[in-house]
Amino acid sequence: MGLIGCGVILASFAVSLGIFFEVKQDGFQPQVITLFEFIKLPAFTIPFAFQVDQLSSLFLLIITGVGFLIHVYSTAYMQEEEDEHYGRYFSYLNLFVFSMLLLVLGANYVIMFIGWEGVGLCSYLLIGFWFKNNNYNYAARKAFVMNRIGDLGFLLAVFWILGKLGTVNYSDVFANASTFSTFEVTAITLLLFVGAMGKSAQIPLYTWLPDAMAGPTPVSALIHAATMVTAGIYMIVRSNVLYNMAPVTQTVVAVIGLATAFLAATIALKQNDIKKVLAYSTVSQLGYMFLGLGVGAYTGAVFHVMTHAFFKALLFLGAGSVIHAMHHEQDIRSMGGLKKYLPITHITFLLACLAISGIPPFSGFFSKDEILAAAYEHNKVLWVVGVITAGMTAFYMFRLYAMTFLGQFRGTHEQEHHLHESPSAMTIPLIILAILSVVGGFVGIPEVFAPNAHALEHFLSPVIAKSSEAAHGLDHGTEYMLMGVSVGLAVIAIIYAWTRFSKKPEIAEPQGAGKFFAEKWYVDELYDAIVARPLLAMANFFKNVIEKSGIDGIVNGVGRGVNYAGRQIRLMQSGQVGNYILLMVLSMVLMIILVFYGNNLNPILNYFSK
Amino acid sequence: MPITYYITLSVVLFCIGVVGVLTRRNAIIIFMCVELMLNAVNLMLVAFSKMHNGNAIASAPNSTVGIDGQLFVFFIMVVAAAEVCVGLSIIVMMYRNTHSVDVNFLNRLKN
Repeated sequence: MGLIGCGVILASFAVSLGIFFEVKQDGFQPQVITLFEFIKLPAFTIPFAFQVDQLSSLFLLIITGVGFLIHVYSTAYMQEEEDEHYGRYFSYLNLFVFSMLLLVLGANYVIMFIGWEGVGLCSYLLIGFWFKNNNYNYAARKAFVMNRIGDLGFLLAVFWILGKLGTVNYSDVFANASTFSTFEVTAITLLLFVGAMGKSAQIPLYTWLPDAMAGPTPVSALIHAATMVTAGIYMIVRSNVLYNMAPVTQTVVAVIGLATAFLAATIALKQNDIKKVLAYSTVSQLGYMFLGLGVGAYTGAVFHVMTHAFFKALLFLGAGSVIHAMHHEQDIRSMGGLKKYLPITHITFLLACLAISGIPPFSGFFSKDEILAAAYEHNKVLWVVGVITAGMTAFYMFRLYAMTFLGQFRGTHEQEHHLHESPSAMTIPLIILAILSVVGGFVGIPEVFAPNAHALEHFLSPVIAKSSEAAHGLDHGTEYMLMGVSVGLAVIAIIYAWTRFSKKPEIAEPQGAGKFFAEKWYVDELYDAIVARPLLAMANFFKNVIEKSGIDGIVNGVGRGVNYAGRQIRLMQSGQVGNYILLMVLSMVLMIILVFYGNNLNPILNYFSK
Repeated sequence: MPITYYITLSVVLFCIGVVGVLTRRNAIIIFMCVELMLNAVNLMLVAFSKMHNGNAIASAPNSTVGIDGQLFVFFIMVVAAAEVCVGLSIIVMMYRNTHSVDVNFLNRLKN
């Protein structure tokens, strides 16, 4: 089963590589392949069509490449599962890759929406993979419901476009984008952004992603870090023509992205579950990508999607390796000193931490720097908050690293006895991803280091209208200064975290502000109080009052009325022949009256027969 | 004799029958009242038939129009005789069961 599961993804990867090299040639025009008419109405037709261009081919590579490595990793990680669940796991995972490819390959918003729903379904199925645990099922349900809220926005935007233009094909929509009024384009882009909020876990719809860690760890790596959650970014980059026309939306996107990045980073500072830290870090990095989109650095956002896919998948798989070795222990307070037991996991995890912290020359540095430079150009406040968040990122990643791999082992003796490096099916993907995390940034070298070396920007220029022109407005001195500040802050945070947590791990329950962060700003409780409880109270009201006394009252009342009428009418059945005959005679007299004087009664009869 | 007299007689007989059926409790008397109503109708049928035939003879002496009404009355009488036979035997059976011919005792269909 593992062989089929991995093999098909490997084949897709090979095809994607072929497509990539074809697309890479100069003068490549986007190819649209129409299979059949999906919806055909007099007013409009929606073809079932695929589009291959620079953007989709890049996403194809990320999805199938990282997807393949994670499939290989899963063959070992899920080994303990029984056969039927093992098969179920791979079928879900393959279905996910299928839906994700549909999402990025669609040539119109409707096909994208099909893939969009497909990945949401697979996410639901895989979060609740261990369905015997009810908490996991709740987490799956939460993810699904929150995604649905976002999907509604997406769907409304698609309807709006369809109603206005009569087409949802990308090429037609973007060619006719100028027919939208400012209000319309702002509303449409905001609605699309609501969809992206749900899928890509932005404020206010982000709380499902940390809970989604209930799924198996490779699932967290593939779906909730590397691919699905970046669907929102893909969608906005795809619609960049519309977003460029709506500066209000861009501001909203940037502010929400940055706020999410900051909020999630503060929460990640105090989490003790290894996967929760990574989950909040994912939310935070997604916030960065939206910041990039909001300030017009579309290339930077896609670049960060790519590097983030490498190092975050690596971090999750490394965490999976640790969890595997620790026999499903996820609390970093009972880890420590794993460096000597898991050497390969340790090295690759360290490289990923350096990459996400933005230390040159690792990949995260280049992509994060590009977004921050664009933010600086746009508004200096955005940059300041962004850099502080980057410092926090470095801090919590190295807190995680130090508490997991440095110091003394704090688990039980039995756990210590069983510690072992993972099998090669797990370590080889780690090594490949580590290499990619280290060198992945070189496709986007900023202009200050080498002119015209930004290969990614060159590659994506045909699909992005005004590609991150902001970043080029800075002079070199300012750009060096920006890099210096962010790298310096990250290095200080790393040294501080390293020295503090390797010797004296943070075991005690946090107090004050720390407790506030550890409790996730009480956002779940807030949602519970303002959304869930009023809804439940309303449902209870309807159930206990409206249904019990209203609807049931009517239904039972009809029954009781018929019953009562029957009891009363029964008394007419006296058994006295005389009464029967009297009634018969009276009825006959009535009939005779009706027959003979019927014409005069017609108005009355007509009234009743109407 | 004008037809009005026959009609009046017939209606009076019919009404006596109806009132008898409604007011009396003795099954035999009720039965007799039913027969009375039947014969009131028979009388009316013969009267109309004769009137019809009389009108036709005035223009064509050998006409048989309306004769069939009078023939019908014989059939009705035969059927009524058979019906009386069945009705009386029911009353006999009723008497055997309840030792009475009072219809008010037969109220087992009540409720």
